[in-house]
Amino acid sequence: MSTNTWNRQRVAKIAIPIAAWLVGIIFVIPILYMVLTSLHAPHDAQTYPPSWGAPLTLDNYSGLFTSANPITPALINSVITSVISTLLVLALAIPAAYALAIRPVKRWSDAMFFFLSTKMLPMVAGILPIYLFTTQVIKMPDNVIVLILLYTAMNLPIAVWMMRSFLAEVPPAIIEAASIDGASTMRILTRIVAPISMPGVAATSLICFIFAWNEQLYAKVLTSVAAQTGPVFVNTLIQTEHAYLAELAAGATLISLPVLIAGFAAQDKLVQGLSLGAVK
Amino acid sequence: MASVTAPAPTTVEPVATRPPEEYKKWGRESWKLRAPLMPALVFLIVVTQLPFVATLVMSFMDWSAQPDAEGRSFAGFDNFKTVFTTPAYRSAVLNTIEMTVVIVGVSALLALGIALLLNHAFIGRGVVRTMMIAPFLIVPIAAAVFWGNGILMTGFGLVDGVLGQLGVPGAQDIAFLTDHPKLAIEIELIWQWTPFMMLILLAGLQSQDPEVLEAASIDGCNSWQTFVHMTLPHVRRYLELSIVLGTIFIVQNFDTVLGMTGGLNSTNIPYAVYETFYSAKDYGVASALGVVVVIGSLIVATFALRVVSSLLTDEEAAR
Repeated sequence: MSTNTWNRQRVAKIAIPIAAWLVGIIFVIPILYMVLTSLHAPHDAQTYPPSWGAPLTLDNYSGLFTSANPITPALINSVITSVISTLLVLALAIPAAYALAIRPVKRWSDAMFFFLSTKMLPMVAGILPIYLFTTQVIKMPDNVIVLILLYTAMNLPIAVWMMRSFLAEVPPAIIEAASIDGASTMRILTRIVAPISMPGVAATSLICFIFAWNEQLYAKVLTSVAAQTGPVFVNTLIQTEHAYLAELAAGATLISLPVLIAGFAAQDKLVQGLSLGAVK
Repeated sequence: MASVTAPAPTTVEPVATRPPEEYKKWGRESWKLRAPLMPALVFLIVVTQLPFVATLVMSFMDWSAQPDAEGRSFAGFDNFKTVFTTPAYRSAVLNTIEMTVVIVGVSALLALGIALLLNHAFIGRGVVRTMMIAPFLIVPIAAAVFWGNGILMTGFGLVDGVLGQLGVPGAQDIAFLTDHPKLAIEIELIWQWTPFMMLILLAGLQSQDPEVLEAASIDGCNSWQTFVHMTLPHVRRYLELSIVLGTIFIVQNFDTVLGMTGGLNSTNIPYAVYETFYSAKDYGVASALGVVVVIGSLIVATFALRVVSSLLTDEEAAR
């Protein structure tokens, strides 16, 4: 019995790391192959079988910026829509979270579930009225302002949930004590609440930035040229009349880089954000 | 009056202990409490709820934007009848259900297995965890177009190439995207969403008290018994959470269908809505499809809200 357990423990000690590494490698292979393809010359990138040892080049990346139809305007639009919508989300979500966590309104949990329920309705179900409204009523087709407002609404429920869970960690006793000592609401906010919730604001911003950066359905339907974003641009790189795969891989890698960096930087906060603050 | 103006229980003592002349002050006070919430609430109602109302109205209208179409008129339930009797729309509904169930089910099982592996200490655990997260951090449409063109494409795709190098005859002509479009989409989405679920499950596993597990092993439980009777009940709600959140996102998926198959034999409802209004310009039927997906989502959301609510109640109890 004891040798049996000992053996099993030894097998587990070797088998678990091997299995884990194997799974990790399988999951990362498509990404590595995408990067490798993006570094191959166009005619080396789409051969049968793959030209593993072909020379590496950065030409596909520089080509994205120097071609007749460069990626730069789309990247600028993506940065503008993601950053401004994230700032707007914070401006709306932080006061709301304050009213839900620190000095909770009556029936605050009903308000929380209203926010959550809007997130559960598929975006596609409201897209037709939004399309008709922007193109025919306010006549603002192909406009980044429309995307900014839509992304703000798309991320607001997530941000309210996240910020509430962060603000709920501020001990009520501290605020009570400060308020008894005569501190104003403003002072309580800037001196007590803000420092404690700063990491939460950072995590919320990252999640909202990632979702806005990734969004493609609204961007595709509501923009054409002037307001086109990175994800919509990548789709236009599929030009089957010539060898397109290398440039497509470069575009796909390039627009994923900000998300990869933001996600790895916020690894610990990622779970909390993705679970709407439910998992600590 | 008192019930409307009664302040939040955590900040002010109960109503009964206050003199009546203060009721008026409370009215102002409670609006002061509510004020910071209002901008977010109003903004969200205007931008997300009004369009749904408009979709609902349009779903009962005969409204086509084709140049030769007649004017708008009331259509009753005709659009819904079209959705459920036209084979293409019916298959979109069925595809959505089938793909969501397969993707969420397989992802959840894989995620649980991988989370259990990563819950052990071993050399390079941090590196493996980082590698596992990476698929979730690729822009969805970028991942979809590369899977469609670089990995599963007939001939120059990675899979055909590797199978060919392994000596599989005719590997160059294997056409995953056209022969098994749904499977191709399922594989890609499982690849993207397993990491998401794994992260939530790993957080759940790591919140388990190690002393409890140690006690179980001292009491002679084998690892299977410990898993079934201690670990599984503990991670159950994390599993539920990852399943409902994954379902919400996967039901809405549009990018993967567009990027990989362009809807060929794999149209789901979001893609069908897009095609019906963007290409076919049948606004009435597109709206009816939108209403159908909302009803489906509401059913999922009911479960979702229950799961999230139980986590929230726990948090309240812990405070």
